[in-house]
Amino acid sequence: MIGVWIALGIIVVLILAIVALYNGLVRLRNEVKNAWAQIDVQLKRRYDLIPNLVETVKGYAKHERETFEAVTNARTIAQKMSDAGAQARSKAEGELSSALMRLLAVAEAYPDLKANQNFLALQEELTSTENKISFARQFYNDAVLRYNNQTQMFPSSIIAGMFGFKSGEFFEVTESVQREAPKVSFS
Amino acid sequence: MWEQIRSNQWRSVVLAIAMGLVLIGVGYALGLYFADNGIIGVIFAVVLWVIMNLVALFQGDNILLSLSGARKIGPGDHPRLYNIVEEMQIAAGLEKMPDVYIIDDQALNAFAVGRDKNKAAVAVTAGLLARLNRDELQGVIAHEMAHIKNRDVLLMAVTSVMLGTIVILSWYASRMMIFGGSGGSRRDSGGGGGGQAIIMLIALALVILAPIFAQLIYFAISRKREYLADASGALFTRYPEGLASALEKIASSTQPLKSANQATAPMYIMNPFRQKGKPAADLSSTHPPISERIRILRSMGGASLTDYNKAYSQVHRGGGSILGASALAAAPKAPIKHTPNKSGFVQDDDANELQRARETSDVLWKMNKYTTINCKCGTRLRVPPDFKGTSVKCPHCGTANSVA
Repeated sequence: MIGVWIALGIIVVLILAIVALYNGLVRLRNEVKNAWAQIDVQLKRRYDLIPNLVETVKGYAKHERETFEAVTNARTIAQKMSDAGAQARSKAEGELSSALMRLLAVAEAYPDLKANQNFLALQEELTSTENKISFARQFYNDAVLRYNNQTQMFPSSIIAGMFGFKSGEFFEVTESVQREAPKVSFS
Repeated sequence: MWEQIRSNQWRSVVLAIAMGLVLIGVGYALGLYFADNGIIGVIFAVVLWVIMNLVALFQGDNILLSLSGARKIGPGDHPRLYNIVEEMQIAAGLEKMPDVYIIDDQALNAFAVGRDKNKAAVAVTAGLLARLNRDELQGVIAHEMAHIKNRDVLLMAVTSVMLGTIVILSWYASRMMIFGGSGGSRRDSGGGGGGQAIIMLIALALVILAPIFAQLIYFAISRKREYLADASGALFTRYPEGLASALEKIASSTQPLKSANQATAPMYIMNPFRQKGKPAADLSSTHPPISERIRILRSMGGASLTDYNKAYSQVHRGGGSILGASALAAAPKAPIKHTPNKSGFVQDDDANELQRARETSDVLWKMNKYTTINCKCGTRLRVPPDFKGTSVKCPHCGTANSVA
């Protein structure tokens, strides 16, 4: 009789442990999802700022057509990739970032533009949006790391395997694109 | 990683419990003295504490904000400040955006309130907005956001109310004991004088010493939370230099904050009562010495909690640690960023101080409902809210500017 009770107790404890591990994994996975949504919000905000910025700069720097086109193209590509996975997307967004940096570097050559209130406000918005993207990415990557650790470490790895918790993908910006110094020609 | 910080809070909680014991001790001594029953005193002390806590819980933030004369701003009033708070909210992973307040004071300081992470607020002084560049302001906001995220506001509120209760109880009790002669319902027929007198003396000593003990414990908790907020702030921005440089500027400023008082002191980034030329940090200080905080931040090899802890024990000559071993084992690596605010985007260095000061004064005028008009000649005209006319003549160039 006692044996039956002990067996029953062990089963109950096991079930409770499985439930706890499962819930922990779900919580971490939701955190990753929320963090991803936050990146998404900020990236969309950047798409919205770009046409305005390009128009403002155009008013002062008509001859920089190539730079404008590069930004507009990078934006179109990035927008198209917005349903792709983290890796493909981060590449497109990295290219958009560097195109934008080139545009702002071009603006440096036009003192009138730099004094324009509208441009200054846009510049602040863009800087902040870039920062928000990078902080959202930072938080997302931390969340993915925590989640992946849980899915790979014993004993929660067993639960993760049983219920199909897949590892999350990091959102890395290609460093070479980011670090590249903006090229400006003043000819 | 947040779980680690939370699990690490037990040290502060132990100190808070020690303070609770002091409160119970005072209550017991009081009960023994006045009612011959320690338990009655304990109940009285705890009930008083709970009532004061309820007041603090429902009104504390409002009281604090209105005491400091802070005014709430929206995204359009000061875009840079609002944006930075939003950036740090994202970095800290807070769900709700805290309210943003500006204090019309030329001193350099900032504080955070909000027992509830989702109903928080940060306040900065106008002086801070004018003097700090973007990186530095980000560092300060990150520190404040860490106070919210680490639940320091809650901890400090509960403990400061506890401190207040102890101080009030012992103040009245010691005066009643000394000047009131015999305690109210003390048994006259009670046991012989000797034993009774000794108990009375012990009770009196306890009542007098209690506030001092409580205050020391309170300061110890506060200092610990400051270090932790610096560590988390560096982690959020991944740029310890921003906060370090901000602290340096704050330390060198001589402006005292007009609206601070003892009770609100621990919530500021910098002790508002610090005296010039005195290393403001010993047992009786709410904040660690600023030079030490800067030194720790500057000797960090990375931006993670582990790096902060390493730097902390280095500065303390290998002694001490601010985080528990379990917290450090799980802390992920975090390299320092070299361009926290992509430098190609906004030039915001110290040369822009004049522009920042203008921006800040614009906000302050606006908060007082003045309209600002930029005249063609570059003059700024401030139009008071009760201005009746439709246009203002610029005193410089004579252009008539219409009041929108």
